[in-house]
Amino acid sequence: MGKFSKKKARAMPAISTASLPDIIFILLFFFMVVTVMRPHDMMVKFTIPQATELVKLENKSWVHTIYVGEPVPKLQSKFGTAPRLQLNDKLSTPKEIPTFIQNERAKVSEKEVGLLWTSLKADKAVKMGLITDIKQELRKINQRKVNYSSVPRGEGFNK
Amino acid sequence: MPRARPEINASSMADIAFLLLVFFLVTTTIDSDKGLTVKLPPIPENEDEIVDSKQNKRNVLNILVNAKDQMLVNDEVTKVLELKQLTIDFVNNNGADPTKSDSPEEAVVSLKNDNGTTYEMYLSVHNELKAAYNSMWDEESMTVFGKIYEELSSEDRRVIRKKYPYRISEAEPEDYGKE
Repeated sequence: MGKFSKKKARAMPAISTASLPDIIFILLFFFMVVTVMRPHDMMVKFTIPQATELVKLENKSWVHTIYVGEPVPKLQSKFGTAPRLQLNDKLSTPKEIPTFIQNERAKVSEKEVGLLWTSLKADKAVKMGLITDIKQELRKINQRKVNYSSVPRGEGFNK
Repeated sequence: MPRARPEINASSMADIAFLLLVFFLVTTTIDSDKGLTVKLPPIPENEDEIVDSKQNKRNVLNILVNAKDQMLVNDEVTKVLELKQLTIDFVNNNGADPTKSDSPEEAVVSLKNDNGTTYEMYLSVHNELKAAYNSMWDEESMTVFGKIYEELSSEDRRVIRKKYPYRISEAEPEDYGKE
């Protein structure tokens, strides 16, 4: 039975790392594809509310965002703590929404104008007075598709 | 005869790729935008078009939210979590209870909030109403088409929505308890 006779321990063959770059490249491409660079610095802070009936917005190029919340701490000395809007990268008031929407409309072709979504990312503590002003401005300029951005509701909701 | 070309050393390729990988890992934000989608009503062309709805009073579910985030539904204090079932009962009444709607086609939800209501409360109310209608649509589409509403074609959806139109009328907010 010499077949199974123990030989001296064989040296471990070196693992080939030649395919490592390929693997890494695949990962790299994955992240390159899914990456969305943060478009603006946040000038307001907000915690978006929770909801259960969420709908996902497809096609990001048709979505523009209005952020609503208190200015971030380093801007509070200049702008105070009253909630404000952030349109692109500047703090604004609801009066500036029409210009903002016009700019967004100019970015897409004419027949896509009706497909644009306004995503409202507002802090949950913001009062409805401000939100209503925003809604009125949007209605006035006939931008009627609105998404109240929210996150899935966790356990323990009790109101 | 051609000289043997020296081979390019590719061992640093992995490092370069790693570096790029780390960069994209750090900058990636996989944030898909999710939320409650609504379609705002158009601004009426002139004042005359704001018809004071001649709707039978029983067909209107009145929701009032005050600045303290308390809710009245048809004059009764209600919690947000009770609203979904209440709405379903109201809409699906089909004339059985005289205080509730005649039929789903005629039922309207009227939502009125205060300027001091928080956005969170407002959204919770909207969410519950949407949840109520979603579940009614699902139920109806299960009996008619044998599938859930999500899986229906857009024509079939229209059939369902005709039976259960999602009509939320939002009044202009009022200034009761402004801080």
